[in-house]
Amino acid sequence: MADRKTDIGPPHYEKFLPPIIKANYGKWKHHEIVKPGVLMHVGQSGDKLFSVRAATPRLVSTVTIRLFADIAEEFCDGHLRWTSRNNVEFLISDSSKVDPCVARLTKEGYPVGGTGPGITNIVHTQGWVHCHSAATDASGVVKAVMDELFPYFNDKKLPAKLRIAFACCLNMCGAVHCSDISILGVHRKAPVVNHEQMNKMCEIPSTVAACPTGAIRPATVDGNQSVEVIEEQCMFCANCYTVCPAMTLNDPINDGLSIWVGGKVSQARSEPMFSKLAIPFIPNEPPRWPTTVAAVKNIVEVYAAHANNYERMGEWIERIGWPRFFDMTGIEFTKLHIDDFSHAGETYQRSVHFKRV
Amino acid sequence: MATKRETPLLDELMTGPWPSFVKEIKLSADDGKDAASDLLGVLEKSYNERIGHWKHGGIVGVMGYGGGVIGRYNDLPEEFPAVAHFHTIRVNQPSGWFYTADVLRKICDIWDKHGSGITNMHGSTGDMVLLGCNTDALEPVFAELTEIGFDLGGSGSDMRTPSCCCGEARCEWACYDTMAACHDITMHFQDELHRPAFPYKWKFKFSGCSNDCVASIARSDCSVIGTWSDDIQVDDAAIKEYADGKQVDIAQDVVRLCPTGCISFDGSKLAIDNADCVRCMHCINVMPKALAPGKERGATILIGAKAPIIGGALLASVMVPFLPMEAPYDDLKELAEAIWDLWGEHGKNRERVGEFIQRIGLGNFLEQIGLEPTPEMVAHPRTNPYIFFELGEEDGEE
Repeated sequence: MADRKTDIGPPHYEKFLPPIIKANYGKWKHHEIVKPGVLMHVGQSGDKLFSVRAATPRLVSTVTIRLFADIAEEFCDGHLRWTSRNNVEFLISDSSKVDPCVARLTKEGYPVGGTGPGITNIVHTQGWVHCHSAATDASGVVKAVMDELFPYFNDKKLPAKLRIAFACCLNMCGAVHCSDISILGVHRKAPVVNHEQMNKMCEIPSTVAACPTGAIRPATVDGNQSVEVIEEQCMFCANCYTVCPAMTLNDPINDGLSIWVGGKVSQARSEPMFSKLAIPFIPNEPPRWPTTVAAVKNIVEVYAAHANNYERMGEWIERIGWPRFFDMTGIEFTKLHIDDFSHAGETYQRSVHFKRV
Repeated sequence: MATKRETPLLDELMTGPWPSFVKEIKLSADDGKDAASDLLGVLEKSYNERIGHWKHGGIVGVMGYGGGVIGRYNDLPEEFPAVAHFHTIRVNQPSGWFYTADVLRKICDIWDKHGSGITNMHGSTGDMVLLGCNTDALEPVFAELTEIGFDLGGSGSDMRTPSCCCGEARCEWACYDTMAACHDITMHFQDELHRPAFPYKWKFKFSGCSNDCVASIARSDCSVIGTWSDDIQVDDAAIKEYADGKQVDIAQDVVRLCPTGCISFDGSKLAIDNADCVRCMHCINVMPKALAPGKERGATILIGAKAPIIGGALLASVMVPFLPMEAPYDDLKELAEAIWDLWGEHGKNRERVGEFIQRIGLGNFLEQIGLEPTPEMVAHPRTNPYIFFELGEEDGEE
């Protein structure tokens, strides 16, 4: 134990940088998209670095990581990186190796794309693969949606970037609250309390305190110290379930998906925006979630047909107004679309400056 | 040897142009990983039943650390014994997610020996995620990871693994060295990363410009966004090339879309009224060969972003309008420590710092951490008259 290493931190990134990056670090001049999925960065020195970007499903086997290592060795001396959206990039300094690298990745089933105004990989969560609070699977919905939107990943252009994010419950382990289109797993049933386990597994005061609406209160049930839930006060946030496993929440009939639109994190032109509710609920339909896929595709296509160049989803909707968004997409506007949480009043239309359908 | 699982529903996700996660799990199963075989079994069951089969973790981890491992158990351990334990190990990624083939193979060797062979490249916070192993495997994996120079990331109520865009390594727009800052902060706060001592999680994210490729303004308690304090650099000759080459309709795509209307173009020369510029990056994004961020570079520090749980989603808000970002980043470290002291003492359990600030008020928060209020911190001054005046002796109090 004497030589047990701790707190060494991550390895220094410099070890992994290709020579062309070390030589041009902080001295890049400009970049362009040579073709879908291939970026060319040009240094002040005139050096050119080609990054070949390929999709991955985020969940990858070591077999595939070894394949990527082999491909990196074959085309770029073993240098590769991942992007913030789960794509892998091969960092090539010899331009003659770009096309063979693209061909190899395509052949292996990891398509090249995800650059420029279009749709790149979906940031997503674990779902039924690993998570205890998932209202749906993540990887399956992402796969089904991206199969359908695939043309926008490599050759078909949109007015601007369209970022899709997926989270399998309200914890949102992905930036779904600020994406052009967000797919969010939702629970719709109040937690079922396991009274026998409650006092063994959980602290009752912290479970009560976990509820943002005060819907949980201490109670003695069948002689067990436990809690009860005022169901009409529950907003299905799952905070109690995260704190206490005896507050079971997952439900095969009532769990499903919701769709949100118009968020962004980039500050280009307009300030960052939150995603807003478009469709409150779609049932889980494994293995390919056809209703969800069709709903996302519809929103993408209406946006593609009507937005101006450089206009992100949220900017387009702001320009045309929400009444026209609902009209053009054919999505029904309901009571559920109207906010009733803490700052709900800020979302009411308090002027006559609304656009007509 | 695990049972080979029939997966008719999952097999429908083996087709189509997008890479298949089912194929990945099967690659690991065919590579002899029993956990991958049983994962296919339990996932197929979830697809049939439309419900997950995972349970909360409880306390699992490596000795001396309180974070870095997410405990996970299956609720059908007899049916799927190889995933009865299915813990996740978060491995702190190198800044910018750069690797070499060699180092990736070493990590694969460790994970093939002790785990499911399944990973996430990467998790949402930025870590490399080794997905699924037994409790017994945790210490050996940790020992072998540190042997090749890697360490665990954060989890629970600690400083989560910081992350950054690729910055100056491969981007002309980076206004500071994001990878260096991210690495330095990660190394400096190893104790905060590995031993949860905060009311709730704290995330640092470093973006080189306001395009914000790591979503820092939406996802981090401390968002460090590159910016500049002088004028946008304009290359007149390159502007002319854009105009002459008809590559960009400058009037339509640049001038008209400038959010503050601070750009004018007479057909050959572009003029920017930099006092009105909000550094949004749009014009630079559209004409990267002609425009560049200014030369006086640094970052804006924003505090308090989070997803909805529990008080609602928040974007981060401005705390330091402009900070030069030079090693050893003492100002940033001191700011974080001042906030941690205050929030650590007065924050409630599971209260993110953004919610804490809303509860106590930004004015009080600034006073407590020793920052002077400035107009850049608010969209506008208060509109309500309910001012909590604090009369002192000089104000005429008796």
